Amino acid sequence: MNAELIHRLHFAFTVTFHYLFPQLTMGLALLIVVLKTIALRTGLDKWDRAARFWGRIFGINFVFGVVTGIPMEFEFGTNWARFSRLSGGVIGQPLAMEGVFSFFLESAFLGLFLYGGNRLSKKMHWFSAVMVFVGSWISGFFIIVTDAWMQHPVAYARLPNGQFEVLSFWQLLLNPWGLLQYAHNMTGAVVTASFVMAAVGAFYLLEGRFLSGDADYCRMFLKVGVIAGLISTIVVIFPTGDLHGKYVARNQPAAIAAMEGLFKTETGAGIILMGQPNEETQQIDNPIVVNDALSFLIYGTTKAEVKGLDQFPRDQWPTTLPLLYYAYHIMAGLGTYFVLLMLGAAFLLWRGTLHRTRWVLWLLLISFPLPYIANTAGWMTAEIGRQPWLIYGLMRTSEGYSSMVSAGNGLFTLLGFMGLYALLGLLFTVLVYREISHGPEPKEKAAVAAD
Amino acid sequence: MMGFIWFWLVAVMIVGYVVLDGFDLGVGVLHLFLVRSETERKATLASIGPVWDGNEVWLLAGGGTLYFAFPLLYASAFSGFYLPLMIVLWLLVLRGVSLELRNHLDLGVWRSLLDGVFGLASALLAIFYGAALANVIRGVPLQPDGYFFLPLWTNWQPGVAPGILDWYTVIGGLVALVALTLHGALWLTIKVSGDLEQRARRIVTPLWLALAALTVISLIATIVVRPASLNNYYHYPVTFIVPVGVVASLAALWFWNRNAQPVKAFLASSVYLFFMLAGACWGVYPTLLPATTGAANDITLTRAISGPHTLSVGLAWWTFGMALAVAYVVFVYSRFKGKADAATVGH
Repeated sequence: MNAELIHRLHFAFTVTFHYLFPQLTMGLALLIVVLKTIALRTGLDKWDRAARFWGRIFGINFVFGVVTGIPMEFEFGTNWARFSRLSGGVIGQPLAMEGVFSFFLESAFLGLFLYGGNRLSKKMHWFSAVMVFVGSWISGFFIIVTDAWMQHPVAYARLPNGQFEVLSFWQLLLNPWGLLQYAHNMTGAVVTASFVMAAVGAFYLLEGRFLSGDADYCRMFLKVGVIAGLISTIVVIFPTGDLHGKYVARNQPAAIAAMEGLFKTETGAGIILMGQPNEETQQIDNPIVVNDALSFLIYGTTKAEVKGLDQFPRDQWPTTLPLLYYAYHIMAGLGTYFVLLMLGAAFLLWRGTLHRTRWVLWLLLISFPLPYIANTAGWMTAEIGRQPWLIYGLMRTSEGYSSMVSAGNGLFTLLGFMGLYALLGLLFTVLVYREISHGPEPKEKAAVAAD
Repeated sequence: MMGFIWFWLVAVMIVGYVVLDGFDLGVGVLHLFLVRSETERKATLASIGPVWDGNEVWLLAGGGTLYFAFPLLYASAFSGFYLPLMIVLWLLVLRGVSLELRNHLDLGVWRSLLDGVFGLASALLAIFYGAALANVIRGVPLQPDGYFFLPLWTNWQPGVAPGILDWYTVIGGLVALVALTLHGALWLTIKVSGDLEQRARRIVTPLWLALAALTVISLIATIVVRPASLNNYYHYPVTFIVPVGVVASLAALWFWNRNAQPVKAFLASSVYLFFMLAGACWGVYPTLLPATTGAANDITLTRAISGPHTLSVGLAWWTFGMALAVAYVVFVYSRFKGKADAATVGH
């Protein structure tokens, strides 16, 4: 096995597992602020208990996010040393800024939010929820800035020794690629959190728990989850996904051609809804196509020419092309389903019949894993689409990995992480399931009720 | 000048990490054999519950700062210390998760397993950190291209081709283990009460004696392994204040612990850690990572430092950001001041 592949798998595996946790915490942080704000406005204790319940779930996710996140920062150096040596002056900055500006803030106020309930005033407790939200969203921002520079390098110069250095702090942070990607990604995180919240509401309702007056959590969660879900599933496609896609099309044309499975340049290019890319014959097998739609989506006119892969030399095609194509199609397909489901659920909510429509409740319940898949597929699209570049147009992936770390040593630690994370996944599921099946009522009260 | 500033800024972040995460590592080690009941264990863990993950942020922020200020050092050291770093990562994962699990689940017999994992991971982390520092002082087999790769051990001798572990780095690991356990014991004397507090105070005595002996042994060993580490001190004799500070802080620690002034004793222990780390940094300065393969291969400050634009951009936000960070830290610690509340442990 070659070392480059091992190092790529190493990072891909650990970062994919890691991102299962932050996508929920970032979205949930916003929804917790919503719950705390309602609690403060209405003065109703049940909203406060709901916020604390989601705070506990946030806390578990946060810990798993922290412990799986620390390896990510290390792996830039351990597995991608040659890349880090040249690019550290640029992307080391946003990574360090994440620690300095976000993690201190986030961990400080999360400690207050989770442990300081009895020591804080209501306003102060609300404020710590807001600060946790701010911290987690700043954290996401700096990671996107890092990735955006690798996708679309800006504001850099090269030193005589080959190292990159930052020329402008603000241009680095306000990289247009990054701003679009950030908007798209954060909305994606809200989609995950909304689906999880709606699913828990549906779960309680189907179980017949928490139905009554001062503890009707099922309805509260359904309402907040479906409304936030409707907004975020629309915004994640339009305008954020749309704008981001157009930007990718202009700046990484080979990537967009591969994502869409467009082997040959076409005027009035169609969108392939389904079909299997065949690299040997350079065509899509069994295609289902919407004519002219791709030209329209990218350029706003059905007659525009869209460059196919035939316009690019073979050594600039994204490697693992079929995986890129599928990742993109899974993301887009699921995104469409999300809007339809949330439109339907929101309509029933508005009519006041959602709580009686059991099949929709079931759909909401079993759909909660899908946003995780969609977010993961979206990131795969971005990162595989960037290939064969590590820094787009400047440094190839094959030039970046740690040449001193052999494939054998890399595989040793990759297998170690796989084993450890399998265990982590099990423990996480147990912890969260227990928290959810216990529900939002305080522990002492539930114990009394059980007697 | 920029090099000098960033060298010490990174050093400050490392000291911040060791002083802060150090006590919760120490508490992790101690809780294995200091507590006698579930209530006491809960109180022990509650003393670090709200702060331990914030303490680990210092490692991340310090690592990030090292990354952009000295990319060559970051790339070289992280890939060269590949295996021990991965083990450190696994230990950090296990430690965080076992603490979180034991707080959330009433698992009966499994809880003892989790406590064991938490304590063992804490102890191993302390040992690895000490050994890591000792590796940096001893030097690594750097190649002319600035890279190296260390096996976990070779013949247990410092030399041209050493391993991560040899007799010298093992001493470093033991110093860290004892120093951080002591640090954790002093933290407990502040945060817990009753019988447990008394036991924590009493255990300081044997730990202190062990630490004093190990400190002397490690200083002698360092001079044997790397005689050049005294050069800076002879060149600037005023810096002999560092070893004096080590001795003085140890003495103060003893005195204040005896007089039941736990906060002062804890601060003395922090000062001890600061002087030990600063002394080590000063011993190698301006080299960042010495080579066992000849001084020409050393990674020096001038060789590893980032470009001037990067550093001036960095200095602006770093100063602002760390001022904020310190404010949060002070704020949180003041909110959780006084004896820990065991009821808050299972958030």
